Amino acid sequence: MYVNKQNTHIMPSQFEYHAPTSLESAVELLSKYGEKASLLAGGTDLLIQMKQRLIEPKHVINIKKIKEMIGVEENEDKIRIGAATSFRTIERSKIVQAKLPLLHEAVTSIGSVQIRNMATIGGNLCNANPCADSATPLLALDSEARIFGPEGARTIPLEKFFLGPLKTALGPSEMLVEVLVPPLAEDAGTSFQKIGWTSFDISTINMAVVLRMEGEAVNDCRIALGACAPTPIRLHSVEDFLKGKPLTSEVLEEAKNILSEHITPRKRWRRAPAGYRRATSRAMFRDALETAIKRIERRRE
Amino acid sequence: MMNVEFTLNGIIRRFDVEPNQLLLNLLRENLYMTGTKYGCGIGECGACTVLVDGEPVLSCLTLVVDVDGRNVETIEGLAEGDDLDVIQQAYLEEGAVQCGFCTPGFIMTTKALLKENPNPTEEEIREYLKGNYCRCTGYVNIIKAVKKAAEK
Repeated sequence: MYVNKQNTHIMPSQFEYHAPTSLESAVELLSKYGEKASLLAGGTDLLIQMKQRLIEPKHVINIKKIKEMIGVEENEDKIRIGAATSFRTIERSKIVQAKLPLLHEAVTSIGSVQIRNMATIGGNLCNANPCADSATPLLALDSEARIFGPEGARTIPLEKFFLGPLKTALGPSEMLVEVLVPPLAEDAGTSFQKIGWTSFDISTINMAVVLRMEGEAVNDCRIALGACAPTPIRLHSVEDFLKGKPLTSEVLEEAKNILSEHITPRKRWRRAPAGYRRATSRAMFRDALETAIKRIERRRE
Repeated sequence: MMNVEFTLNGIIRRFDVEPNQLLLNLLRENLYMTGTKYGCGIGECGACTVLVDGEPVLSCLTLVVDVDGRNVETIEGLAEGDDLDVIQQAYLEEGAVQCGFCTPGFIMTTKALLKENPNPTEEEIREYLKGNYCRCTGYVNIIKAVKKAAEK
């Protein structure tokens, strides 16, 4: 039988709908239905995939009724962001604006107002798309992922969360509950860079940089790169190279060469070939450092 | 079938729907409220924009069961009888409508924009409306209409 998979007018598949109000009952449902279940948060990816029949879950579990999964809060030394918090809520959060300007810059750049009202940070991370715009700033900020499952909660560094394209460290009945982000140091400057087909579009490449200087030399630099490897990645070798060095043009050139080595082509590149990504990420890196330095100066004033 | 109750343009309504029913299709096919348009179906064009709890969202990617207990506003809720809303009137006066297909989505997004930011700059207008596509006007008259509506 011919099926027009491009018809996105309707939702073709039938499913049972669940709206649990606690983490425990959500995990219970996940354990019960296993691979037949999908979690629904914003729906901006899940429902499109279901419309195009890429996935056909028999059970859809809406997690937006679980109160502890929504909102931004500051607890002691960490800022916690519930996984089902919409990008728009994050963008409007005074805590994020004041203490996580890098995340604010990245989140504000995503899609349209409509998409940001719907899409959630947890959905963006759990899809594990290498180009996820919220992943790079969170990686550069040394965030952690708190996961809840049948065995209880565990917390892992976000860097260990991404295993491959569309693959995360989540076990079969586990879910991402929140991300924990340390606030930005007072003397740090940050920059989020991205390039896409249009400003509305998904990123072809994105990059997040956190920079701290000591005099003329780099004290601490944290760099994350998106859509240039099977997962969003931290560029530790570039970070180690830059530590203690002044940002002269020679140092920068060498740093860019190390950066280029991190660009590992996937079997099928979407949107741009490897050569474009290599050249563009070098220019982005320069722009990111320049912006970060300007922002350090502005914060000092 | 599931029972869903939500406010639609100020009136509390109850529906029995299948879980896979989309808000857009409930509006258009069950209620014959065809102001809200089906464009791309994948969240790119903004033609299906409605307000849920005052925020613009895409009704083609929203399940009816998901708006249970919430407040939905569509283009049909704007005018009072023959008296157009100021935004509708401004779009009309500025010629911000050509084929008209994208207009309901634009107007709903404009409504949310002006509620949040009563005096937006051109840059702010373009940024806020960038999720709504128009293939006729070239956007210039739409921007003018939003500015005119903001002045009123």
